[in-house]
Amino acid sequence: MTDSPAPPPDAPTPLLAVRGLSKRFGAGVANDGVDLTVMRGEIHALLGENGAGKSTLVKAIYGVVAPDAGTIEWEGREVAIPDPNAARRLGIGMVFQHFSQFETLTVAENIALGLGGRESPDALTPRIRETARRYGLAVHPERHVFHLSVGERQRVEILRCLMLAPKLLILDEPTSVLTPQEAESLFAVLRRLAAESCAILYIGHKLEEIRALCHTATVLRSGRVAGTCDPRRVSPTELATMMVGSDIAEPRRRASQPGRVVLTVSDLTLEPDDAHGMRLDGIRFELRAGEILGIAGVAGNGQKELLAALSGERLSRRTAIRLGAEAIGALGPVARRRAGLAFIPEERLGRGAVAELSLAENGMLTRLAAPVVAAGLVRRGAARALAKRLIERFKVRAAGVSAPAASLSGGNMQKFIVGRELDARPLVLLAAHPTWGVDVGATVAIRQALLDLAEAGAGIVVVSEDLAELFEIADRIAVLSSGRLGQAVAVSQLTLEAVGVQMAGQAAEERLDAA
Amino acid sequence: MADLVLILSILVATMRAATPLLFAGLGELVAERSGVLNLGVEGMMLVGAAVGFAAHAVTGSFVLGLLAAILAGAVMAALFALLTLRLLANQVATGLALTIFGVGLSALIGLPWAGVPATGLPAALWPGLAHDSPALQQVLLLLDPLVWLAFAAVVAVDRFLRRSRAGLTLRAVGESAEVAHALGTKVLRIRFLAVLFGGAMAGLAGADLSLAYTPMWVENMTAGRGWIALALVVFSTWKPWWLTAGALLFGFVTIAQFQAEAFGLSFSPDLLATLPYLATIVVLVLISRDATRLRLAAPAALGKPFRPSD
Repeated sequence: MTDSPAPPPDAPTPLLAVRGLSKRFGAGVANDGVDLTVMRGEIHALLGENGAGKSTLVKAIYGVVAPDAGTIEWEGREVAIPDPNAARRLGIGMVFQHFSQFETLTVAENIALGLGGRESPDALTPRIRETARRYGLAVHPERHVFHLSVGERQRVEILRCLMLAPKLLILDEPTSVLTPQEAESLFAVLRRLAAESCAILYIGHKLEEIRALCHTATVLRSGRVAGTCDPRRVSPTELATMMVGSDIAEPRRRASQPGRVVLTVSDLTLEPDDAHGMRLDGIRFELRAGEILGIAGVAGNGQKELLAALSGERLSRRTAIRLGAEAIGALGPVARRRAGLAFIPEERLGRGAVAELSLAENGMLTRLAAPVVAAGLVRRGAARALAKRLIERFKVRAAGVSAPAASLSGGNMQKFIVGRELDARPLVLLAAHPTWGVDVGATVAIRQALLDLAEAGAGIVVVSEDLAELFEIADRIAVLSSGRLGQAVAVSQLTLEAVGVQMAGQAAEERLDAA
Repeated sequence: MADLVLILSILVATMRAATPLLFAGLGELVAERSGVLNLGVEGMMLVGAAVGFAAHAVTGSFVLGLLAAILAGAVMAALFALLTLRLLANQVATGLALTIFGVGLSALIGLPWAGVPATGLPAALWPGLAHDSPALQQVLLLLDPLVWLAFAAVVAVDRFLRRSRAGLTLRAVGESAEVAHALGTKVLRIRFLAVLFGGAMAGLAGADLSLAYTPMWVENMTAGRGWIALALVVFSTWKPWWLTAGALLFGFVTIAQFQAEAFGLSFSPDLLATLPYLATIVVLVLISRDATRLRLAAPAALGKPFRPSD
């Protein structure tokens, strides 16, 4: 796609040059003839939507995925990178989005294991401290990982890479789990690394971040390079157009006609049930029929606790939550479902569905009455018919109603779960991160299904970390921060930046209060 | 002087009674720390006891008896490892089967020697052979080399797990086989070695019973000590020193029970015989009541099979 001009003879050799890299997974093409050039000391952004092929590309560079075609040149020489050890030997470090850490081991022990050498953790500790100090990473080697926040865990991962003095550091969406302040201090570390001529390959999709941090951007779309540019010199709109192209269908927005109040939460306060939880503090909001309320915020600010309280996994004061006129705060999940509440949990397999059970069996997990259950007995025929209907209506790609849930892709399983809850015709639907880790096609389908349900008169609460998603489907957005929920504001009166500031502002206020 | 001898003899007898539990428990502790739950400890101990006794009776060598027992335990463990690690059989079911197998096999091996006291054991090991020495010396003679070896093994295993690089890798494998595999660790090899160590130690524990503690071969002579060792590992929250404390407690109550009988405390002997088991379990349950501590200390991958993806 790109015509990268042949470098003049006196130009410096690029640190990394990927040429014509292709990779297929089954029927899908993840990478199709991708070219990528990274220079020493350069902060290079890899931009693209979910499923554009960014992760596959960097996994091929890091030796996790074996490419079908294409070459990788390292410091001017063609190299084979069969596994991560080979990548590390070349001087490539990678910080994954989901950390590979041993929770009950200490930071030093984790780093020692990750380095793969023979050094004992005790011998390593002074070096860990020294490296942490040098880059201004606040890390305590003797602490156990399960005590650490996500931001701290990420610092441990970065530190582990830095211990090997890498020439190229790959970061996969590092700020998706960080507060704006944490992100800012991460950027300071990255700039410092780049100044020491370490190259950085930065995967992201937040345009402002990339414009603030990166020197070069390669934009991927549907597995191909859509363009290369200097993100500081092009407008965010131009970048976004390159990322999205023009062929993505926007979900159809309906005319918003909020009806009567269907869900009232008043002064919901809950103490955390484990040491690492967040206290919910005086949560109050109203949800009307036909309305989608988005709850934004950085993970770990009480989302899990709020969802548990709303779904009935944790009980609260009876009158703290009302479904229509009925006080349901003290009712369990089954009773709440009977009253007309449906719930799409965060974890697909484990909470939303049972991996080993068939789709027919999974379909009836949240069905408690006829036609699936009669006189306390399961009617298998009805269950199979239900699953069949869901598969057809929501275009779930599966081998049939007997296929185990684990055999479906994430996006298809999510479509099935969303379909199951929608099919119950709930009064109120709670959706937790409904499109997390789901491909673009399924994302559009799921968002459209939620919009349709709202149009049909249900009230929907969507908890998501994806601000773009909330802006696309929600009527009003409220920010959850440190266990407190801000005022819900109509989307038409909000900007992405304003919500970001609110997320940051509340966190900053919190710190001032604490000080 | 007499009091001192009494206290010392109780102390020594306690250590002596704790020794087989220490061997078996330490072995299982290491296996479980690598993420493998082997419920076959009782069976491996019994086979170790029978093979050790038989090897000693045939060769006349105490050391050869011990080595044969260690080897027998390791072979049993290798069978378990083959089934659970390579063929991904259920660890709980396989472990139970191993115990049942061990009970039968040991009875078969030990048949010719059932009820025959061991002869020709090294004199220094046996208090009964030292009747003419002073009382204090008699007491100390109870502490044979195997007792010292068991306590040395506690120190060694503790240091290995907490301080050494290999011990760290072993703990990591027990914590998350997937993460360890992703880091390039040979998960199955480490688990295999850990299970083998567990079997060898269980075999040694059996030989300790049949060649040093009792010393004779009687069918089913472990009398549930393998199960107690298993329980000790869990209640000690997988820590060698807590395991030692539990083993000593068991030893102490065993001795106290004999002493009570000696003092003429009339009690149902059957009921009294259950006391060491009961007391150990109750005390350990009380100690390890803290659910969070138990969860944090437990190897997260315990009992979960692992199949490398490539």
